[in-house]
Amino acid sequence: MKYADEFRDPVKAKAVLAAIERAVAETGATPQEPLRVMEICGGHTHAIFRYGLDKLTPAAIEFVHGPGCPVCVLPMTRVDECLEIAERPEVIFTTFGDAMRVPGTRGSLMQAKARGADIRMVYSPLDALELARRIPEREVVFFGLGFETTMPSTALTVQQAAREGRTNFSLFCNHILVPPPIRALLDDPDMRLDGFVGPGHVSMVIGTAPYDFIARDYGKPLVVAGFEPLDLLQSVLMVVRQIAEGRAEVENQYARVVPSGGNPAALAAVEAVFEPRDAFEWRGLGEIDKSGVRMREAYAAFDAEAKFGVGYGAARRNSRDADLPELAGCRCGEVVKGMVKPWACPKFGTACTPETPLGALMVSSEGACAAYHLYAGVRARAVDAESERAVS
Amino acid sequence: MCLGIPGQIVEIADAETLMGVVDVSGVRRKVNLACVVGEGGPDGLVGEWVLVHVGFAMSRIDPAEAAETLRALEQLGEAMEEIEKIRAAEEMLGEAAP
Ligand code: SF4
Repeated sequence: MKYADEFRDPVKAKAVLAAIERAVAETGATPQEPLRVMEICGGHTHAIFRYGLDKLTPAAIEFVHGPGCPVCVLPMTRVDECLEIAERPEVIFTTFGDAMRVPGTRGSLMQAKARGADIRMVYSPLDALELARRIPEREVVFFGLGFETTMPSTALTVQQAAREGRTNFSLFCNHILVPPPIRALLDDPDMRLDGFVGPGHVSMVIGTAPYDFIARDYGKPLVVAGFEPLDLLQSVLMVVRQIAEGRAEVENQYARVVPSGGNPAALAAVEAVFEPRDAFEWRGLGEIDKSGVRMREAYAAFDAEAKFGVGYGAARRNSRDADLPELAGCRCGEVVKGMVKPWACPKFGTACTPETPLGALMVSSEGACAAYHLYAGVRARAVDAESERAVS
Repeated sequence: MCLGIPGQIVEIADAETLMGVVDVSGVRRKVNLACVVGEGGPDGLVGEWVLVHVGFAMSRIDPAEAAETLRALEQLGEAMEEIEKIRAAEEMLGEAAP
């Protein structure tokens, strides 16, 4: 096994792989009719490719890459709204670096910065608040994006700003939630999924109960997983065992970091600052009910949408006629849903590369296209060409 | 974005706002401890290992777990990237006049 030295415990990894093989055989799955297991989190997608787990596991398991990469699902309109705010002369727009290269219809934040907008990369929302303290004459806006893992950090930062009575700090809230798109994918008649590897650090915040509906209402297993290779293999084994035994439960492989009840302090801050939006648009997936949050009325003074009149609803109205189709020839939508693999996209590796991303999936190392390009592009293409030859 | 990085709490900077200092692979950074304080208050946290996400300690972990997590992050190329982000942010703030 080529990757042996990278496992925490290579002997154990080998045993787990053997057990996976036996369990898969019990399910009756074949390489032609594989078990389709979705890893929801982009960090897991990255790890699966980094360690070649898709090749180590039996061909009768297909990894379907989920929507758990925040920059990948950010709609172009929201990037446009960022630009709108960032281009105001009084504004210092702060963001995680990951979001800098995500394309909007008028280009990315990176391009806006090159055109002269004051856009600064920060490590933490706390850096944005600190900037607001140091430069009180400017309006500092923090671009809040990410799933439940990053929500507590922006909620706590806003609460701190409120305690200080800051008037030049606001949050452009684009936080999204993991469970709603999973429900949407399960409701999609074109999708067939047999089980899920659940996100680790999102679950560290929210606990395991929010996934119960997946097992209860849809009869699919979900196993919350760590992101080390052995964690992922063990989680896959737990998913496949459930399928083989006809069970559908939410299990926790990552209990050493994920308490079943989540993090109460984090959840309390999130609950105090945010409330669900009726719906939120996901790139490639469309509008999904209750899948995003906005700031509560009590924190309206720190809400960039209210402050600059760049509301989610308003921008959608403005851009209705230019209702944004995906870039011609791109297949980002199908890739984000896990319906096709990145190499099915004609732009993959040609017009669209990590250096010149056309779609957001190519921007972050958590995006399926970037992961394929980095680790599996050549290999996948070779396999593809081979299977095409075999067919003809 | 969700991976974070392990760090060891070396100092409580401000007990009231629950700010502490962590050492992340030799780089020091102020982090918020609100999600890990619990009943005992922040003082007992010095020496503890935590998983740090965008400047917030989100979970206490044991030292062995911290070491393994760091190793995995190094292999994924995420450890250096995260530390670079921390450094760059410090630099950016350093240039902003107080
Ligand atoms: S290769 Fe680029 S354009 Fe094609 S699906 Fe991936 S991100 Fe979208």
